[in-house]
Amino acid sequence: MTIKDKTAIVGVGTTDFYKRGQSGEQTELELMCKATLEALDDCGLKAQDIDGFSFYSGGFDAGLLATTLGIKELRYSSIMSGGGGGSQGTIANAAAAIAAGYAEVILCTKALKSGGETGRRIGRMGAEPRTGRLSGGVADWDFYHNFGLTSPGQSFALMARQHMHKFGTTSEQFGAVAVSTRYHASRNPKAIHQTPITIEDHQNSRMIADPLHLLDYCLETDGGTAVIVTSAERAKDLKAKPVYVMGAAIGGPGPFGQGIFYHQMPDEMYHWSGHKPVADRLFAMAGIGPNDVDVAEMYDHFTPLVIMQLEEYGFCKPGEGGPYVEDGGIQWGKGRMPVNTHGGNLSEVYLLGLTHTIEGVRQLRGQSTSQVENAEIALITSGPGILPTSAIILRN
Amino acid sequence: MTISTDHYLPESIVALFPDQYTGEYWDRIARSELSFQRCAVCKTFRQPPGPMCPSCSSLETEWHQVTGKGTVYSWEIVTLALNDALVDYVPFNIVLVEFPDAPGVRLVTNCIDASKDELSIGMPVEVVYQKYSKVTLPRVKKAVK
Repeated sequence: MTIKDKTAIVGVGTTDFYKRGQSGEQTELELMCKATLEALDDCGLKAQDIDGFSFYSGGFDAGLLATTLGIKELRYSSIMSGGGGGSQGTIANAAAAIAAGYAEVILCTKALKSGGETGRRIGRMGAEPRTGRLSGGVADWDFYHNFGLTSPGQSFALMARQHMHKFGTTSEQFGAVAVSTRYHASRNPKAIHQTPITIEDHQNSRMIADPLHLLDYCLETDGGTAVIVTSAERAKDLKAKPVYVMGAAIGGPGPFGQGIFYHQMPDEMYHWSGHKPVADRLFAMAGIGPNDVDVAEMYDHFTPLVIMQLEEYGFCKPGEGGPYVEDGGIQWGKGRMPVNTHGGNLSEVYLLGLTHTIEGVRQLRGQSTSQVENAEIALITSGPGILPTSAIILRN
Repeated sequence: MTISTDHYLPESIVALFPDQYTGEYWDRIARSELSFQRCAVCKTFRQPPGPMCPSCSSLETEWHQVTGKGTVYSWEIVTLALNDALVDYVPFNIVLVEFPDAPGVRLVTNCIDASKDELSIGMPVEVVYQKYSKVTLPRVKKAVK
């Protein structure tokens, strides 16, 4: 038994997108409400129709959200672990809960003020002097922080270096991901950064953690996202064209450990994004292969991780992700399969993952600003380099 | 063995919050001994230290001192200081080091005397101990093969 085709995404919504700190006095709760209202309007449901929540990346207080939205009876609520790695897992959990009969209309939502409601910057997690333990109470930070390893980008720089060493991947190839993603953002009026860039711009951008330049990094932004999932049967009667959840998978290789700052993975998987087993199970459930995917929205917090994911999802052979993305290889209107047609975390907005889900839905409804002709199947992935990660395949 | 009071990174970022699993590691470092925890039954190394062997599920642990000679597995140069304490210290490197006498684990540390041009994957290094007022940290320096 699987959840294949049993549920559908019927509503999607976002707030306006803001550069870090520019969402002003709006709280994450308020941003979530605004995105949810747009998603409800999208499908023609009311807030009172929602009977379940599916969260990730720290989640949210279900009671507060329920009273704020005016939920009549809450029948389901869960939180994915794994930070941004859990983003598509919210859709997976919602689909499973609906298929199991726990609830019928589940809201998947995330809002982020990346300057932090506490003022703590997401891209500098752990950079402040420590006065106690961080990260779940374990003492592991002693092993990283004291040596200056305090940010996600610094950690992924070490993984990127190994990929370069093993396969000859170049910084220009990382740049090719940034360039094509920015091109898509230039076509998206909601994107934070819409000015096209070149490989030269990428190479000239400030070095942050060599081998990673500024333009290898995602944005730090504020906003809210909402996705509404219901049963395939109920989806038929709603306003928007249903987009069916064809497959979902959660997890990753056990040795990936605590992810971002953990560098003990065996050599044969050190150059992975951690998606390989998820990819295999996902395609098996959906009953398709990488050649059937029309468009991919891949979590792009750092450019090398897109290259790694392309390899693990089988769009190219292991180690060939660099050449694959060169010369517009993942660019709309140019490459064989476009990636991050909204502009991704690198250029549209970074809200930890559901904007990729929303873009996948728009592609399958024919509403993208970089529309893939006759798109029928979309792959959406979650934050790589952390355990668990997750991914879904959607179809129209 | 090199023990020094020079500091590759400043005292102000240094802090230790050892627990029942990691305390022994840091106590040994303070005595200028780099040791890794391993399973007392199947001898599988693990880092950071913890309560159980992921290979054979044994709860019995022991410590194994290494010679301190290893090789760089990966490296980077941090050029942007993420907090004020590091402004005068960029660029600095971060290296991952593997030790042949503790296979399967890596040390996150800094190479105190290698320039960007000198750093490479596979380069030989050896551990040095940098003493702070309350804490000792294991770092590495260039070594010959």
